[in-house]
Amino acid sequence: MTTAPVLTVEHLTMRFGGLVAVSDLTFAAREREITALIGPNGAGKTTLFNCITGFYKPTVGRLLLAHPGGASFLLERLPEFRIAKQARVARTFQNVRLFAGMTLLENLLVAQHNPLMVASGFTLLGLFGSRAYARAEAEAIDKARYWLNRVGLADRADDPAGAMPYGAQRRLEIARAMCTNPVLLCLDEPAAGLNNRESAELNVFLRAIRDEHGTSILLIEHDMGVVMEISDHIVVLDYGVKIADGAPSEVRSDAKVIAAYLGVADAEVAQVEAEVGL
Amino acid sequence: MSERAPVPRESESANGRLDILAALKEAAIAAIVAFGLFALLIGIRTDQGPTGALVFTTRFGALAEIVAAVLVASLIRSLIWRRTKTFSIDRLVPGFVKAAASRVAVYAAAAFLVFALVVPIIFYGNRYLLDLGILIVTYTMLGFGLNIVVGLAGLLDLGYVAFYAVGAYSYALIAQNFGLSFWICLPLAGILAAFAGLLLGFPVLRLRGDYLAIVTLGFGEIIRLILLNWQGLTGGPNGISGIPRPSFFGLPFSSADNGFAATFGLHYSPTHRVVFLYYLILALALLTNWVTLRLRRLPIGRAWEALREDEIACRALGINTTNTKLTAFAMGAMFGGFAGAFFATRQGFISPESFTFAESALVLAIVVLGGMGSQLGVAVAATVMLGGFELFREFDQYRMLMFGAAMVAIVIYRPRGLVATRTPSVSLRERKDIAAAVVRNARTESAA
Repeated sequence: MTTAPVLTVEHLTMRFGGLVAVSDLTFAAREREITALIGPNGAGKTTLFNCITGFYKPTVGRLLLAHPGGASFLLERLPEFRIAKQARVARTFQNVRLFAGMTLLENLLVAQHNPLMVASGFTLLGLFGSRAYARAEAEAIDKARYWLNRVGLADRADDPAGAMPYGAQRRLEIARAMCTNPVLLCLDEPAAGLNNRESAELNVFLRAIRDEHGTSILLIEHDMGVVMEISDHIVVLDYGVKIADGAPSEVRSDAKVIAAYLGVADAEVAQVEAEVGL
Repeated sequence: MSERAPVPRESESANGRLDILAALKEAAIAAIVAFGLFALLIGIRTDQGPTGALVFTTRFGALAEIVAAVLVASLIRSLIWRRTKTFSIDRLVPGFVKAAASRVAVYAAAAFLVFALVVPIIFYGNRYLLDLGILIVTYTMLGFGLNIVVGLAGLLDLGYVAFYAVGAYSYALIAQNFGLSFWICLPLAGILAAFAGLLLGFPVLRLRGDYLAIVTLGFGEIIRLILLNWQGLTGGPNGISGIPRPSFFGLPFSSADNGFAATFGLHYSPTHRVVFLYYLILALALLTNWVTLRLRRLPIGRAWEALREDEIACRALGINTTNTKLTAFAMGAMFGGFAGAFFATRQGFISPESFTFAESALVLAIVVLGGMGSQLGVAVAATVMLGGFELFREFDQYRMLMFGAAMVAIVIYRPRGLVATRTPSVSLRERKDIAAAVVRNARTESAA
């Protein structure tokens, strides 16, 4: 069963001077699916992420985001904060970007800035202690507590985010992104630096986000164990060009993908193939 | 994983001997540096002789004393303080004292406030101390205002005095030209200063850290130069005099029959006005404090702090960083403007000389020494610094030397300020203070 596309990337090209980081890329990520974006280092995956989330403006191309409700947005025309606020695309970063000096709870409340801002009457009502704001804040705290529970960090809600171990920081960053109620969640290497047990937990968690919250996920990952296990759909980039696009089973046997990852056949290929599970 | 070779352990005595050798070496280097520094400064001197010609004298004795002092001090430092690998004040304080101190800190703010409230009663007869109190509270208020920009939003502002000036001149000009009362002019001065804050905010939206500091420094100078050169409006270097003095809700502080004293059946005393001014600025400072504490618990305050921590993450979470920065600048500027209006009405005379970079530097020093983001720290720092200035007035020559030494000592031993912890704005179970080490500040560049 295929669902409607949530993100459609059409002819996306991103140039930095003479360097073409992404070249004429077209693909679609579908609703309630986990789409993985893989490719060797420097393939343009993070550049694509930065285009989708508005941190870069693409040189050429169209990025169409469609909400299940029918609203749609052309992401290349929105400033980055509106992409998060209105188009509801949330992201995490390759090198975790938490608010280190703030507690876990505060991190998750900052993520709910926009609804809380409205509830506080753009600060004026909140300044004079309006009831409505107090209620909104209590709800925001409940939501933060829910996500802290989901990532197993509820006990440490009042500790600074910067003092957390690395794996916990990664989970917290996903929880923080989920607090913005995203339609599309973009994760940049969520399993990097996690041990086996942690990345197994991450798999379960990402599936739960997809199934229970109906959030579509776009994911950059190098850990093939994670990618092959949880992805519904894989897009492979190499030097900014799409070389494969399809279900995990199709992609893993694709000759171009194997060549891109492993180079041309040699003695090591068989060994690495075994590791990947071929 | 490579095998690590076991580190050979040196015997205690060998270690001790090494320590002494190293200490001697370090002391010798320090002495040489001191010699190089002071050889020309202290060792050689030119005086005016009886005929008016310059006479060359030497003071090798004084030079030798200084170098010897540095040598001994360096030895003492290496041999005694180095015993503990990294020296910190915290280590000298026993645990139970620290525990008691943290309990006391809860009451310190309240005690400080009560003391501030009764100052005019205790020191009623002492005009000098009352004036000093007004000065301290004014700078506390400026510190609170700057703290919003520097401590919360993490935007290093070296031109804060510009808003103080805009507030003061706004008040002076509006009150003189339109004859409006203090209570109408005060918010107007605040609003105009807030506009000045927005004006500064727009061009610096993309800047952080050092670059931002340089632009704000320039902004402060621009405002001062405008005040100096726009003779028609501001009176240029002559300033504005005869600024209306504050009245007690319409009752002037004068010996006239309709004055404050006569109305309340008191003997006229010029101190009434001073006490009123004291309570006025105290009320303004407390208002600033209340608003700041309140804002910290609102989404805008959290967004400011998040902005300080990581601007890119803020944008990824849908926070409009442009508006967030501009509100921080405007809010900080507004309180600076209030303080400026108060300054104008208290002095009765203002000129561009009152708004030099030194004022910005002083307010920033108060915020940095107090601990960025901490209200109590700012109040204590303002008291200690301005009080210290007055205390050492007799040692006029050495005042700046001591001030400099104190600054160096604080920056080395308490780099995050007096109150170095951050109190979370909200908590699920218990509010635990956050060590300054994990909190970003205006000087740490965002890792963009």
